[in-house]
Amino acid sequence: MNIVVLVKQVPDTWSERRLRADDSTLDRDAADAVINELDDYAIEEGLRLQEAHGGEVTIVSMGPQKAADAIRKALSMGADKAVHVTDEALRGSDGLVTSAVLASVLGRTGFDLVILGSESTDARMGTLAAMLAERLGVPQMSFASKVETDGSKITIHRQADYGYDTVEGALPAVVSVVEKINEPRYPSFKGIMAAKKKPVETLSLADLGMDASQAGLAASATQVVSFANRPPRAAGTIVTDEGDGGAKAAEFLASRKFI
Amino acid sequence: MPRTTAPAPTDLLRIDDELSDEERLVRDTVRTFAADRILPNVADWFEAGTLPRELFPEIGKLGLLGMHLKGYGCAGMGAIAYGVACRELEAADSGLRSLVSVQGSLAMFPIWKYGSDEQKEEWLPRMAAGEAAGCFGLTEPDHGSDPGSMKTHAIRNGADWVLTGTKMWITNGGIADIAVVWAATDSGIRGFLVPRGARGFTARNIHKKLSLRASITSELYFDDVRLPGSAVLPGVTGLKGPLSCLSEARYGILWGVTGAARACFEAAAEYARTREQFGQKIGGFQLTQRKLAWMLADLQRAQLLALHLGRLKEAGQITPEQVSLGKMSNVRTAIDIAREARTVLGANGVTLEYPVIRHANNLESVLTYEGTEEIHTLALGQAITGISAYR
Ligand SMILES: Cc1cc2nc3c(=O)[nH]c(=O)nc-3n(C[C@H](O)[C@H](O)[C@H](O)COP(=O)(O)OP(=O)(O)OC[C@H]3O[C@@H](n4cnc5c(N)ncnc54)[C@H](O)[C@@H]3O)c2cc1C
Repeated sequence: MNIVVLVKQVPDTWSERRLRADDSTLDRDAADAVINELDDYAIEEGLRLQEAHGGEVTIVSMGPQKAADAIRKALSMGADKAVHVTDEALRGSDGLVTSAVLASVLGRTGFDLVILGSESTDARMGTLAAMLAERLGVPQMSFASKVETDGSKITIHRQADYGYDTVEGALPAVVSVVEKINEPRYPSFKGIMAAKKKPVETLSLADLGMDASQAGLAASATQVVSFANRPPRAAGTIVTDEGDGGAKAAEFLASRKFI
Repeated sequence: MPRTTAPAPTDLLRIDDELSDEERLVRDTVRTFAADRILPNVADWFEAGTLPRELFPEIGKLGLLGMHLKGYGCAGMGAIAYGVACRELEAADSGLRSLVSVQGSLAMFPIWKYGSDEQKEEWLPRMAAGEAAGCFGLTEPDHGSDPGSMKTHAIRNGADWVLTGTKMWITNGGIADIAVVWAATDSGIRGFLVPRGARGFTARNIHKKLSLRASITSELYFDDVRLPGSAVLPGVTGLKGPLSCLSEARYGILWGVTGAARACFEAAAEYARTREQFGQKIGGFQLTQRKLAWMLADLQRAQLLALHLGRLKEAGQITPEQVSLGKMSNVRTAIDIAREARTVLGANGVTLEYPVIRHANNLESVLTYEGTEEIHTLALGQAITGISAYR
């Protein structure tokens, strides 16, 4: 099975993240860059499906030079090879542009299954799976907490508030995964050594037959118009337990519609 | 959920920028593993004086055990990657780093370097995977700094050897599947591989330790243990055998302790930023700032020293005197930082709620094992003056 896992490098959620003052895009130099958390789960799922069905796992990432770190981690976990799309003109690309670029890469690599995280921790749009599936003309299997396939058909559990739906489709398909799906492995040191020898193809927009006018901020359909810092958190309320603490806690939860 | 962690802002000099991409990935992997598996539990292990045996295969799966050796299921990484891994483990606890040092540098290394092909095939892959635990028996109850006068001895009996004696303070001894035991013979000191369960071989764990509690330390007894001729390490005779292993392990220690020191510095800095007295943050007091500033300066010097020695080791040029300087200097720096950090935390500094007293206590063992601070001082004294003050 030809499995492609999409990986994005994002600013670490544990560090302070900022938007740039000049063009309101993410300030990628301000924070440490790490692999998007959900992408670890996507890679793990790809590797597990490969272990069960054979074939290859290819990592595809669009991002600046230093996204090579995210690719290295994915290869160290066990993926076979990678494609890194990097081009100065891509900066500021929104979901629509990103999906066009990735669809073009997927056209080159071919695929039976595309796996990605259901959202990235930076933009948190959660729309890429849908856009890609539409561009590629294949089924979209989103929010998967479980994936099963026999090589031609694919069945997933789609996570929902009330539990899950069982969704079935035909391969090739695009699957986005949620955190519940598995427990990602750590890169092993042998994997880190092996990754040094794995092929990574670096592509520019021109290599994909695209030009700068089709990418970046200018070509994006959405733009950040303005932004403001989050207001400081209001002080919490302290409830003194006078023997009725339980009832007061329940009251509070009910007022917030938690119960 | 595994958390991807990035370096904390304690590396003012950006020393980690000197690391290669692979070394950084080793760093982040061990850091994440420690955050997931060690840090949430280590204070409890320390308090209970245990270390779960399951950690062995988990650490083996990562590739930490014998990571700097080539072949036999080992990752074959460089000296700097090994040092970085020790550092990140010891930032969690010196006991975990001790486990890795003993397994990789004291138990696997002598088999890898001096063992027969059969010994290597039999033990190294299982030890790398963490399926078999090893230990290193050199110290005896009455012979610590002066191992050359050891009492444990082995005599030939036909094709076999008969081993007799007692070893003391042996890390992982009680859980070891294979003990590398150094014993005097007619022809000098030799290394023997003694499997768990060999008749006459028993181990007793040492309790009531107040340092390195998340690490098993044991006494080993050899009561006329009969071993086949194939149990001896064929490749080395004399004290240089165990000393060469110690040189490997000490190299890991001089990196490791910079992790413990960093953890203490981070805890103190964080506490200073939040704790208030006299109506202001204690970090706003000049005395506290002076402590923190010197801790950072000392820490970064120790880190630079470790990196420099790593480069010498990778170039194949490192000498035992250089390792002595590194071990002596970095352990002293780390224990000073730990004690200074302890004062910043006030009473909280003496509890296991914070990592500082645990590190400070652990470092007391690190100061003593693998050559005491005094012995390394004398080794350097000899290197400087040409006069041996101790042997
Ligand atoms: C937690 C822990 C784990 C250990 N793990 C292992 C292990 O896995 N394997 C192993 O073989 N050993 C192990 N050791 C033992 C350790 O290596 C010894 O404790 C160390 O070598 C010191 O020996 P000693 O304790 O007998 O002290 P001694 O040698 O008796 O020294 C006592 C004091 O006298 C000083 N001293 C001794 N000789 C001189 C001299 N000539 N000049 C000046 N000062 C001197 C020493 O520096 C020290 O301060 C471990 C120890 C500890 C605490």
